[in-house]
Amino acid sequence: MTVMAFDEALGRFEPVLGLETHVELGTASKMFCGCKTTFGAAPNTQVCPTCLAFPGALPVANEAAIESTIRIGLALNCSIAEWCRFARKNYFYPDMPKNYQISQYDEPLCFDGYLDVEVDGETVRVEIERVHLEEDTGKSTHVGGATGRIQGADYSIVDYNRAGIPLVEIVTKPIPGTDRMAPEVAKAYATELREIMRALGVSDVRMEEGSMRCDVNVSLMPRGSSEWGTRTETKNVNSLRSVERAVRSEIERQAHILAEGGKIIQETRHFHEDTGTTTPGRSKEEAQDYRYFPEPDLVPIAPDAAWVARLKAELPELPLVKRKRLQAEWGVSDLDMQAMHNADAIDLVEATVAAGAPAADARKWWMGELARRANESATTLADLPITPADIARVTELVASGSLNDKLARQVLEGVLAGEGTPDAVVAARGLEIVNDEGELSAIIDEVLAGNADVADKIRSGKIAAVGALVGGVMKASRGKADAGRARQLILEKLGVSE
Amino acid sequence: MSAITRDEVAHLARLSRMALSDDELDHYATQLDAIIEAVAKVAEVAAEDVPPSSHALPLTNVFRADEVRQSLTPEQALAGAPAVEDDRFRVPRILGEEA
Repeated sequence: MTVMAFDEALGRFEPVLGLETHVELGTASKMFCGCKTTFGAAPNTQVCPTCLAFPGALPVANEAAIESTIRIGLALNCSIAEWCRFARKNYFYPDMPKNYQISQYDEPLCFDGYLDVEVDGETVRVEIERVHLEEDTGKSTHVGGATGRIQGADYSIVDYNRAGIPLVEIVTKPIPGTDRMAPEVAKAYATELREIMRALGVSDVRMEEGSMRCDVNVSLMPRGSSEWGTRTETKNVNSLRSVERAVRSEIERQAHILAEGGKIIQETRHFHEDTGTTTPGRSKEEAQDYRYFPEPDLVPIAPDAAWVARLKAELPELPLVKRKRLQAEWGVSDLDMQAMHNADAIDLVEATVAAGAPAADARKWWMGELARRANESATTLADLPITPADIARVTELVASGSLNDKLARQVLEGVLAGEGTPDAVVAARGLEIVNDEGELSAIIDEVLAGNADVADKIRSGKIAAVGALVGGVMKASRGKADAGRARQLILEKLGVSE
Repeated sequence: MSAITRDEVAHLARLSRMALSDDELDHYATQLDAIIEAVAKVAEVAAEDVPPSSHALPLTNVFRADEVRQSLTPEQALAGAPAVEDDRFRVPRILGEEA
């Protein structure tokens, strides 16, 4: 596929973004029935007459899901509808056994909000069009055909465990003016949204498991024009990095077509992780007519003002505000804060500080040694088998002089290897600094005896040579000696003063 | 005077996955017209002070607590399925060749 280089594309066209994000709520039961919502359960074990659409079964809305949706709306600075309804979205895919999905149409629960995101130290306001509540669909597996995709398949098999899990859809207004930052803005928005969901505790937002999914809309208009171009909607974007790549790829693809005098087709496209590009899905040319109408099996939702006010008052501190506060408390630079944010280390550092460690030490361990180890084992900081309390204990042992940094790293290694708490690792591996003057003195005597020539040099004034002896002491003590104290003692024993 | 056109019936038929002949399109256009006319009589009764309603009962906020209840077993769930494979509902090809 021929594309136009990103810089050239941006020189000629201005991108307009739009993002639709689906978030599966982490309720215990489904949206309209009492089935469990556990991810990865055996097929069709979390289904009942309601979510299988058996005749006569009726839905009843899950109050916790309604409450979570209102909280999301409030966190995104939305107005909350005083009265709204669910709507039937009729269609013929078998991923919903009812022949329709219960969704919301022209009466979303939350609307007209915004989310501020930071890109390279600049704040970009993303306007939110609506936040509505619907039910997730079942999972189809397509059998036959070359690609495992729906096109060309012989038939499909469907697991309805996911059908009916509460799903919140968050739709932005078109976002113009992001220019060459468009890919980063899209990623920053998705990142911030994910953190808000975590802060609210409404979803586990695991993109790889599909509990958060992003659809990316991109259109281009020629520079100097104010008329928006035709947009495409890219689906199957399953990571934050892919959000950024999908935007970039669509800009490059569309720019090439437009520059050649071609037309963009309004269509759904699929993102491919391996190539970082998109391919066409279903064309939207045949207008989708879902024949929406108010859901007759459910009564309207009219959130009580006092309820909404209470939910608003109980919102947790939001991630951006919290990052600003922590940055001030920790006294770190924008750059360092950004690095911690990118590494998903902020909560870990915060918890480590809460467990008693100085902020600088907490940051040093998480962003240094632990980041390196996470990287080596291709995992995330949060998934390392070590807790903030462990790190706090290690910094305490260093501060009290029981450990130096080198020994501390060995302690961390032991904890990561499953050898127990830091104290247990210190005890088992015998890692404590030798604070026993007698023991240290004996080691030094041994080293001096073995290096008489060096000792003579030092006596004759070549104090710099003491380094070699300190090294010898460290080696003899297997790193457990306090190097500074060893140096003092050596010089004392040789009767030399600095 | 027919308010419903043949084209509209054809559109509805396609959305409903129904194959209708030309004769049937005309036939149903007339019938649908009559049905809509009949239903429209409701509008004559509804005065300004009667808001449109989507539900028979004047209720709001009927919720259930977020509590898990017993699901069916896969055997029960799939008992009435025309075709089953790997504990999943087996369904015919979703998209035609042209898609």
